[in-house]
Amino acid sequence: MQISVTVNGTTHESDVEPRTLLVHYVRENLGLTGTNVGCDTSSCGACTLHLNGEAVKSCTILAVQADGQDVATIESLAVDGVLHPMQQAFMENHGLQCGYCTPGMVMASIGLLNENPDPTESEVRYGLEGNLCRCTGYHNIVKSVLAAAATANAGAQS
Amino acid sequence: MIPAPFDYVRAGSAEEAISLVNEHGEDAKLLAGGHSLLPLMKLRLAQPSVLIDIGRIPDLSYIRDGGEHIAIGALTRHMDVEKSAMLAEHVPLLAHAASYVGDAQVRHRGTIGGSIAHADPASDLPATTLALGATYVVQGPGGVREIAAKDFYVGFLESALAPDEMLIEIKVPKMAGAGWNFQKFNRRAQDWAIVGVAAWRNGTSAGVGLVNMGSTPILAAQVAEAIAAGASVEDAAELAVADAEPQADLNASVEYRTHLAKTLVRRALTASTK
Ligand SMILES: Cc1cc2nc3c(=O)[nH]c(=O)nc-3n(C[C@H](O)[C@H](O)[C@H](O)COP(=O)(O)OP(=O)(O)OC[C@H]3O[C@@H](n4cnc5c(N)ncnc54)[C@H](O)[C@@H]3O)c2cc1C
Ligand code: FES
Ligand code: FES
Repeated sequence: MQISVTVNGTTHESDVEPRTLLVHYVRENLGLTGTNVGCDTSSCGACTLHLNGEAVKSCTILAVQADGQDVATIESLAVDGVLHPMQQAFMENHGLQCGYCTPGMVMASIGLLNENPDPTESEVRYGLEGNLCRCTGYHNIVKSVLAAAATANAGAQS
Repeated sequence: MIPAPFDYVRAGSAEEAISLVNEHGEDAKLLAGGHSLLPLMKLRLAQPSVLIDIGRIPDLSYIRDGGEHIAIGALTRHMDVEKSAMLAEHVPLLAHAASYVGDAQVRHRGTIGGSIAHADPASDLPATTLALGATYVVQGPGGVREIAAKDFYVGFLESALAPDEMLIEIKVPKMAGAGWNFQKFNRRAQDWAIVGVAAWRNGTSAGVGLVNMGSTPILAAQVAEAIAAGASVEDAAELAVADAEPQADLNASVEYRTHLAKTLVRRALTASTK
């Protein structure tokens, strides 16, 4: 089936089988391998990307469902080598160890702050309940998201 | 895991979806958010040959004030139910229960209509709408009919919907200031409930729905009858499993589920009693 999907600002016309999952479409058809597959059962959140600006699990969406829609992956964040503030916050706060969950964590975290720019710690934990991390124990991930929110809010006030 | 091959068609309206179902017959399935159906298809537990995508039907995603009730379009996503100011005011139990469905990513895709049509006893919204005395509006080739939530769930993942019928709206009575509470017992944050309870109470009127306490979502009618007859919360909660048929699985034995249901019903009704 012919689909047209805007991914990271570029519109792609592709011919896909209806059963192609969105995560395989971005990884294999478009070569954007930043989005990981962890569990493949909608549980771990490693495959989280943005569909029309909202965090979703791309292992549980068909590429044909994204036809005509806007997708953003982790590759869209850094511009000319300058990290997105959320990526910067993860780096500064040791929000990652092996890094496998990180693309999904970062995309889920940006989605969370879009919906709730000034979350409490427990709201961050609730907002990220769909993302599993085997390494960090979560504390530094939560710290990273709170730091990114504080930076953004300080910037908004000045 | 990739689903088995299928054909994909998109419906522009409920009428079109129903005529596509009739055209393609038994092997066709409606696709809403896909967050119950696609996982089943990846495991080959479902292998429809045609998917009819209703996810883009424009006018089935809404939350409206219907006077005595709130009307919710079948394609309204869990996140929109959770965040609705109108539901927070008139049916806070439902908005709150929606916030417990899966995780934020799941709630951005899954729909209330898909959750109810799927009729999973472990889902949160079927039991919650049962407790609230909701009515489901369904459309078929011959027109529209209404089914009371209590008559809808007929077996495991089986509802009163005919194959060529589609759920289009959920009507939930306003709670009129009733006390309410939602209990979801699970071991990890995003998990399904091992046992869940949705409850409300207004004087001697009450409603209690049970999650994962049988092969269908359960209305704990005898608990509500006991409250109406003047029983204490403790005595009413003892009847928690009177309408249920709990089953054992990896997470819980029948005895454990029975204990949980009584405890959670007691907690939920205590919190609902003003
Ligand atoms: C990781 C994960 C965790 C989850 N956790 C929970 C949880 O804790 N609690 C919970 O309640 N749910 C949970 N869910 C399920 C979620 O709520 C689903 O969104 C919901 O059950 C199905 O809605 P859907 O729109 O995705 O339906 P789909 O998957 O698109 O459809 C489900 C079924 O209903 C049929 N259908 C869909 N819409 C209609 C309609 N309007 N009329 C007739 N038939 C229709 C389809 O043909 C299909 O058979 C979870 C899902 C995932 C992936
Ligand atoms: S790979 Fe999609 S949620 Fe784990
Ligand atoms: S950093 Fe290794 S899984 Fe999260």
